[in-house]
Parts: sequence; structure tokens; C-alpha cells
Amino acid sequence: MKPTDIGDPAYFHKVVDCQWACPAHTPVPEYIRMIAAGRYSDAYMVNWESNVFPGILGRTCDRPCEPACRRSRVEDGEQREPVAICRLKRVAADNKDDVNARMPRPPEKKNGKRIACVGAGPASLTVARDLLSIGYNVTIFEQDPFAAGMIRSQIPRFRLPESVIDEEVGYIANLGLDLRLGKRIESLAALLREEFDAVFIGSGAPRGRDLEIPGRQEAAANIHIGIDWLSSVSFGHIESVGKRVIILGGGNTAMDCCRTARRLGGEDVKVIVRSGFEEMKASPWEKEDAMHEGIPILNYLVPKAFVHEAGRLVGMTFEKVEAVRDERGRRKLVPTGEPDQLYPCDDVLVAVGQENAYPWIERDIGLEFGEWDMPKVDPVTFQSTLPQVFFGGDAAFGPKNIIWAVAHGHDAAVSIDKLLNGESLTERPSPLVNLVSQKMGIHEWSYDNDVSLAERFKVPHTDPSISLKNIRIEVELGFDRQTALKEAARCLNCDVQTVFAPRLCIECDACVDICPMDCITFTSNEDETLLRTHLRAPALNLTQDLYVADGLATGRVMVKDEDVCLHCGLCAERCPTGAWDMQKFLMQTTKAGPGCRPVAPARKAA
Amino acid sequence: MTYITKPRLHHPSLTRNEAGYTRRDYEGKISTLCAGCGHDSISAAIIQACWELDIEPHRVAKLSGIGCSSKTPDYFLGASHGFNSVHGRMPSVLTGANLANRDLVYLGVSGDGDSASIGLGQFAHCVRRGVNMTYIVENNGVYGLTKGQFSATADKGSKSKRGVLNSDSAIDLVALALQLGATYVARSFSGDKDQLVPLIKGALAHEGAAFIDVISPCIAFNNHSGSTKSLDYVREHNEAVNRIDFFPSREAIVADYAPGSVTDVPQHDGTILRLRKLHADHDASNHLEAMAYLQKHQALGEIVTGLLYVDPNPEDLHAHLQTVSAPLNTLNAGALSPGKAALDKLNASLR
Ligand SMILES: Cc1cc2nc3c(=O)[nH]c(=O)nc-3n(C[C@H](O)[C@H](O)[C@H](O)COP(=O)(O)OP(=O)(O)OC[C@H]3O[C@@H](n4cnc5c(N)ncnc54)[C@H](O)[C@@H]3O)c2cc1C
Ligand SMILES: Cc1ncc(C[n+]2csc(CCOP(=O)(O)OP(=O)(O)O)c2C)c(N)n1
Ligand code: SF4
Ligand code: SF4
Ligand code: SF4
Ligand SMILES: [Mg+2]
Repeated sequence: MKPTDIGDPAYFHKVVDCQWACPAHTPVPEYIRMIAAGRYSDAYMVNWESNVFPGILGRTCDRPCEPACRRSRVEDGEQREPVAICRLKRVAADNKDDVNARMPRPPEKKNGKRIACVGAGPASLTVARDLLSIGYNVTIFEQDPFAAGMIRSQIPRFRLPESVIDEEVGYIANLGLDLRLGKRIESLAALLREEFDAVFIGSGAPRGRDLEIPGRQEAAANIHIGIDWLSSVSFGHIESVGKRVIILGGGNTAMDCCRTARRLGGEDVKVIVRSGFEEMKASPWEKEDAMHEGIPILNYLVPKAFVHEAGRLVGMTFEKVEAVRDERGRRKLVPTGEPDQLYPCDDVLVAVGQENAYPWIERDIGLEFGEWDMPKVDPVTFQSTLPQVFFGGDAAFGPKNIIWAVAHGHDAAVSIDKLLNGESLTERPSPLVNLVSQKMGIHEWSYDNDVSLAERFKVPHTDPSISLKNIRIEVELGFDRQTALKEAARCLNCDVQTVFAPRLCIECDACVDICPMDCITFTSNEDETLLRTHLRAPALNLTQDLYVADGLATGRVMVKDEDVCLHCGLCAERCPTGAWDMQKFLMQTTKAGPGCRPVAPARKAA
Repeated sequence: MTYITKPRLHHPSLTRNEAGYTRRDYEGKISTLCAGCGHDSISAAIIQACWELDIEPHRVAKLSGIGCSSKTPDYFLGASHGFNSVHGRMPSVLTGANLANRDLVYLGVSGDGDSASIGLGQFAHCVRRGVNMTYIVENNGVYGLTKGQFSATADKGSKSKRGVLNSDSAIDLVALALQLGATYVARSFSGDKDQLVPLIKGALAHEGAAFIDVISPCIAFNNHSGSTKSLDYVREHNEAVNRIDFFPSREAIVADYAPGSVTDVPQHDGTILRLRKLHADHDASNHLEAMAYLQKHQALGEIVTGLLYVDPNPEDLHAHLQTVSAPLNTLNAGALSPGKAALDKLNASLR
């Protein structure tokens, strides 16, 4: 196997599982250590730089980092749980001091370039933040009377208080944002005729899918499209619902619908899904929260008809199905042959998916549309076929989530900045990385290398008897500082890398013997497949790299399986020659501004 | 020396042996030896060997004297019996323990100072009595604990870290053990666990006096050029005469080799030692030739390692003394004092 090139920024980045999985590549362990040290404001700012909405995301993020977290691969026994990364983020937001003074100050003198953003969701707000802070003029057009997009219109208040949205939108507005609320863009052609140097489209995926089955028209008064219904609730247009409510769909929207219905008077609220409970798109914790509020989830029921009497909805019928595998091993739902089941109800909320819609983009202005009637967008630069028009967030590739919208926003901002500086959009400087030894003394490290054996701590909830009465009462209460400290200690500091210097190694085996996880092997080199089976412990997780180094006196290679390393530093403590060192890897993604210019200045590790 | 304890977490593939333990269960406290010490590698090899042999930790007694090497029993088999004796006296304490309770597995761990200097007499008598034990000397050529003075196993002409030449002849503990009648004699190197682990397994299963001299570089005081016990020197001069595989029974034999290239040596207790010869002229079953081979090759500057001699049918101290098969510490007053009638009968037989 070829020796590892640890100079490639991606190599060590991948070892930081959470950061690698985070679309915005938030330096997670860096801020977790700050939380442990009580440096909440610092932790907040590290987040703010990367993901723009720490308080919002600390409550609502889809948290792709957590399933990736190393902790869930190394814990003992049945309960293998990731660090509660998302909820620690909230701790930083909840406990920080006033951070206004730490916010960037846009240059007094603007650069004279004007950017228009369509929609005030997280994607546009990210573009605005990145570009305002380096001297651009940014105008956001938003059809609704409020900013923040679906963060405000869809996510229910019991998951996300409005004050948190106001605060974090405020930080961006304070950078000198020209925010035009209540202004819908009806024509892209018209917008392009105005004096803007570039246009960013962050208009989301605003259309909820309908369910055209018998009775849909007749019972229309009590059948609601989930996302429309949720935004009507958010904006105060709807304040009650029937006692018996059925929610169709198994995604997160369905979970928000059912929990909202419980709070608006729904007593018998149930979620009904076509496929199996396991296949539902909703995150496990969303399902748990719904069930915890007394909402059953019924599965393998395909909706057949809305049943109505005298023009009023009275129930729904469903066909019972089961999952079978066909000859080719594909899963299919087939009727069980049992009689259809009738579920009486007063209201139905249809949450079966979301779509994009661009009635306001003319098809003859050079902006090409492709499959599914979606605009053609470059997945790296976010540029459309009109060079000065960019897309991001749900508008670019269909509905995702907030953190992806933020990540798109950063990349689109880089593209806009490069375009308006006459640079190539495809030549994007690699991220800034910094690798610094954490050694403080013979057996002292700047981080806490003593691995905590604690199990994941649970976030306290408001008692349902209280939270179900009022839609504005937040359900999750967040960790207190003491629990946060203990949860933070569960983080393994995966950014503190084991860096090996073959020339110093005398092959004494001390590191091999001490490693609690059997990560390290000295052996003769082979190709990767063989090598993976010939290590001290088999390296079976193919998504994790082997770190291979040659240049040893005996001609063997050092092979370290990164998979389950605890970053405990014992290898480095045991090494008599300092051939292993624990070095902190800090990576900053390329942002708009000086960093994306061809020559980038280095950033110091904190 | 490390301040944190080794985390209890382990690799997901870590398995349990027949006795129900993982390899990690055979560990002890975290070592306080210098980083890189060969002794720690030997501890790791002992842990591996005991795990592979499915030994129940409470069936083992580990005894040692004084020295860095003699400290190591604290760093393995944390759930076993232990005795840290005075300097050089481990062999006598072990002999006594073995006499009192023949049912335990005895593991003596010592250093070259502990066994070849102050404890040389103890070593000699323990071996010649054929005590059923595994006696490991962690041989670094110096007194590590007292900061690196030459020990009696340092080769004549080798240089200390400060440049002083050793003018005394070396004691070769392997030659001595052979001469004194040890029935299982091996030499190995802390840096070669593939060789060392099966040697330890064979020794633990051997029902007689088993002696292993393990060259174990002292990173702090004896790993410089001019030393003949440094990692580099040993790697360069190591001549392994064979490789052994240890099998608990005939049925357990796994790997197949071409006939002729291996010799299976069935042991008295039913275990099998499989020898893969690396040097055609070495014969581990011949006591006389083993001694001659050793002398000849040592004179050529080679460090001869491997299983140098084994007697598959050893006799131990208890056999010599014809003790009862029950451990003496289990005999009660009734068994030890059979009463007046029995005494009269005995006296009568002597008249
Ligand atoms: C019920 C529900 C719950 C969700 N919960 C979560 C969650 O917990 N966590 C999470 O990460 N994600 C969640 N999401 C997804 C998340 O809200 C979106 O992925 C994210 O908001 C997309 O951001 P965006 O900036 O692309 O667009 P949006 O947030 O959709 O914002 C687009 C904005 O553009 C405006 N707009 C559209 N067209 C025009 C026009 N022509 N002129 C002017 N303005 C226009 C819209 O009014 C809207 O304000 C949820 C989604 C739904 C539906
Ligand atoms: C009776 C007595 N004499 C001398 C000493 C001092 N002393 C302690 S350890 C040691 C030598 C240990 O050498 P070795 O057995 O080779 O162990 P190493 O530290 O090299 O592993 C000596 C002489 C002592 N502890 N007790
Ligand atoms: S243990 Fe910490 S650094 Fe490692 S993946 Fe989990 S959160 Fe990230
Ligand atoms: S830091 Fe070193 S000793 Fe600790 S688990 Fe990783 S490789 Fe093993
Ligand atoms: S402890 Fe250090 S010198 Fe010894 S084998 Fe490991 S890296 Fe090499
Ligand atoms: Mg010594």
C-alpha cells in the first residue's frame, strides 16, 4: 500500500468524523473543548463563523455529525452513542455573553458591488453574511413579512423560540443588510434588468405535495397541505384543529404537523405511513418525541380514499400492505388481502413531500432547466447557466436542511466573490489547515486525553402536561452547565491527530503494546485488502483510512487503523523517541474574501 | 510513566477465550517503566500467551525480585497472585510456594541483575531442583533500576552509555540453565513477539523447570552503539534456530506445513510443540548438542534464539520428593498426623 500523504488536508480532516460529516465543516471538537472550559462565547463564535446559526442549529440541526461520531464506534456494550454534538452547540448559544462586539465590522468603504438574493432563508442569509462582511452591498427580497425562511415559517415554536431566530437574523441584518420584506420577486428577467452584479436564488422548495385520491375535492375543507398549514400556524392564521387528526407521511414535516396538532386541540392524533416504521424519513429523535407526546405511528397502510358525509370529512380508508422481496431482492409493498381499514377523523394533514417551483423564472432568458424541471446548477460553484445567477439551499437541488443551505451559501458566496474579481470559479484554494503539537510536558497535553467512560447524557424536557398546552413552550430545555461539562468530556478530541515520524522510530513496540484499541501494527507492506486483515485487529471499516508510513530501519511499515483510535495519546506518551506526536488539526474552509484569493494567509491555531 | 490509566474501551473485534476473558482482562496496572522499555513488550507477550492458553488468572502465581524487570508483574495479570520478594530471592520464594501448593501455575520474573548477580545461587538451585515453573529473565545487560551499571550478563568488551568498557566475562544464563538441568530452555528477544509468545506458552505448559532468557533492551541506559543488548545490535545478530507453534492438543493443530520441514514434539501433558527448523544442524531434543551448538555459534558473535532444548518428559521437584498429589496446603491435621497406631507401625517397620 502506498504511504499516506498526510500533507493532503483531506487526510486528517477525514479523521475528525464529525467535522468531515458536517456540510459546513464546523470544527466540532474545537468548540466542545471551549464549552468544557466554560468559554461559551468563544465556542459560539467558532460555530457562528462556520454555520451562521448556532442557536437555531443547536435546537434543530439534522446533525449528520452525530451518526458519524467516533464515540458510537468505540463505546463498550450495547449502548453506543455519539457525543450530543448538536445539544452542546445550544449550550454555547444559551450561555454566551453579549457577542455583538465580536461580530465582524464591514469595511467603511463598500466595494461598490451589489448583490441581490431571492428569499430570506438560511441560504440567502449566509451569502449575505459572507459578502456583507467583506464590503459588498446585499439586498434580500422576501415575499413573507418575516425573515429566516422555513426556519420561521415551518419549524414550530415549541422546537425553536422566535427570540433565537430574531437574534441570529439580527446579527446579519446589523452588518448593513438591505432587507426588503413582503416583496415577492415575480420575474427574474425584471430583477436582472436592475443594477445588480450578481443574483443569488435561495427561494427554497415551497410547494407541498398533494394526495389525489377519491374524496380529495369533496372533503377539501378539512384536508390541509402540511407545510402550508404549518406556516399558517406560525404566522397566526390558524389557531385550532379538530379533535381527531390524521397525519399522512413519515418525514420530519409529518412529525412537526402531528406535534403541532396536539397543541392546537387535537386529542386523537395519529401518524399513518405507507411503508414500515423503520423506513420512515424522520430522524429517530423526532419520532421518539412524537410518540412521547402520545402520538401513535401506524405503518404499512396505503391511503385509499377520504371518506365524507354531507360535504364533511369523516374519516379515511387505508389498504393494509406488507413488504416482500421480489426475485431480484427488491423490496415491494403488496396488499395483504385484509379488508380496508377505516380511521375516523376530523382533519387530515398531508405531509408527503415537498417540491421546487419556479413560476417566476422565465424560460427564455438563458437560464437552462434540466430534469424534473430544476435549474441546471453546478454542484461545486452553484452557478447556473447564466453566469451571474447562482442557486443554493433547497432551491438548488431540492429540499434538504438548514446546515446544507448554509454550506451552499458559503460556496456560492465564494463563487460570487471570485466572479466579481475576475477569477476562475473552478480554481478554489484548498482550505487552510494548521497542525500544531499539543505537548506541554513529558506526559502533559493541552487537551484532556483521559477518556471519559460516561454514557450519553439526556437533555431534560418540559413535562408534556405543560408543553402540550401551549405551542410556544419549548420542549427541550438544553443541558445545564454541569451536564454540558460531562457531555463535553465524552468527546474524544478527534482533531488531535496522531502524527508519526518514521525517521525517529526505533521499532520498540511500546506504542503497539499500550494502544487500548489495537490500532497500531508494524508489519511488512502488502496491498490494502490484505493489509486490512493482517493487522493486530482487523480493519473492517472500509470508510476509515489506514495510515501507512515507510522509512523504518527494518524495512517494515507502520500501519495505523484510524477507525477506532481514541486519541488518548498513550502511543505518544509511550514512545521513547517522540516518533508519535499529538497534533491539533485545525481546518478553516475557504470563505469569500482574502481566503479565496489565489494566495491565502495562514490562520493560527487557538 | 503515564498519568492516565489505560482506557477500558477496546477494539470491537476483541474476543473472549475459553475461560471467558478478553486479552485486556489479563492486563495489570499501567506500567511505570521508561517509555519504550523492552520489559513492557515482554509483559505484553505474557498477557497474550496467558490469554491464548485460556489460563484462569486466579490459577497463576507471579513472583519476582527487585529491579525494573521485577516490577513488571504489577503490569500484567492484575487478577493473579503476586509476590515481590527481596533482591535475588525470588527462586527460593517460588520454590517454597510451589511446594506448598503444586496446583498453581508458577511464573518467576527476574532481571539479569536479580538472577545473575545477587541471586545467582538461588537461580542455580531452583533450576537444578526442577521446580515446575516458568522462569523468565528480562535481560538488558544492566541494572536498570539503579541507573545502568553493567550487570553480570553484559558482554566482555561492550561499552556502557558513558563509554566505559566492560572487562569482565559474561554469565550466559542459558548455558547455565542447560548445564543445571532445566528441561525447557529458550532465548528470545522482546522485539520479536511472534517468536516470544509461543515460547512462553510452551514454557507455561511444560511440567518442569522452564527457563527463558529474553533480551530486553533498556532504552534509557543500554540502547547505544557499543552495547550488545541494544535494539539494533540484537536485530543484526539475531539467529533464530527455529520457530515454534504451540498447540494445546493434537486436535487443535491448525497450520499445515510440508512434511519434513517441521517436527512435532508431543509433551507429557498432551500438548504439542511444533518446531519449524531454521538451522538444519540444530537439534532441540539433544541436550549435549544443544550446549555445543550454543557455544559454537556464540563464539561466532551470533545471538542464538528459539527453543534451544526441550525434554518432553520432564520430572519436577514433587516427583523427586514423591509428595502426595494433593497440594500440601490442603492437607489437614488428620492427614498430616495419622495417629499413634500409624506411628507405632512405622516404628515397628524400622526396628
Ligand atoms: C416542517 C419543516 C420542518 C423542518 N425542520 C427542520 C429542522 O428541524 N432542521 C433543519 O435543518 N431543517 C428543517 N427543515 C428544512 C429547512 O427548513 C430547509 O431545508 C431550509 O430552511 C432551506 O433553506 P433555504 O434558504 O434554501 O430556503 P427557505 O428556508 O425555504 O427560504 C426560502 C425563502 O424564500 C422565500 N421566497 C420563495 N420564493 C420567493 C420569491 N419569488 N420572491 C421572494 N421570496 C421568495 C420564501 O418565502 C422563503 O422565506 C424543515 C422543513 C420543514 C418543511
Ligand atoms: C539487597 C539489595 N542489594 C542491592 C539493591 C539495589 N538494586 C536494586 S535493583 C538492582 C539491580 C537490578 O537489576 P536487574 O535485575 O537487571 O533489573 P533491571 O532493573 O535491569 O530490570 C540493584 C542492585 C537492592 N535493592 N537490594
Ligand atoms: S468524539 Fe468528538 S471529535 Fe470525535 S467525532 Fe465525536 S464529536 Fe467529533
Ligand atoms: S491515540 Fe494512540 S494509543 Fe490512543 S487509541 Fe489512538 S493510536 Fe491508540
Ligand atoms: S513507541 Fe515510538 S519508537 Fe517505539 S515503535 Fe512506537 S513509534 Fe516507534
Ligand atoms: Mg537488568
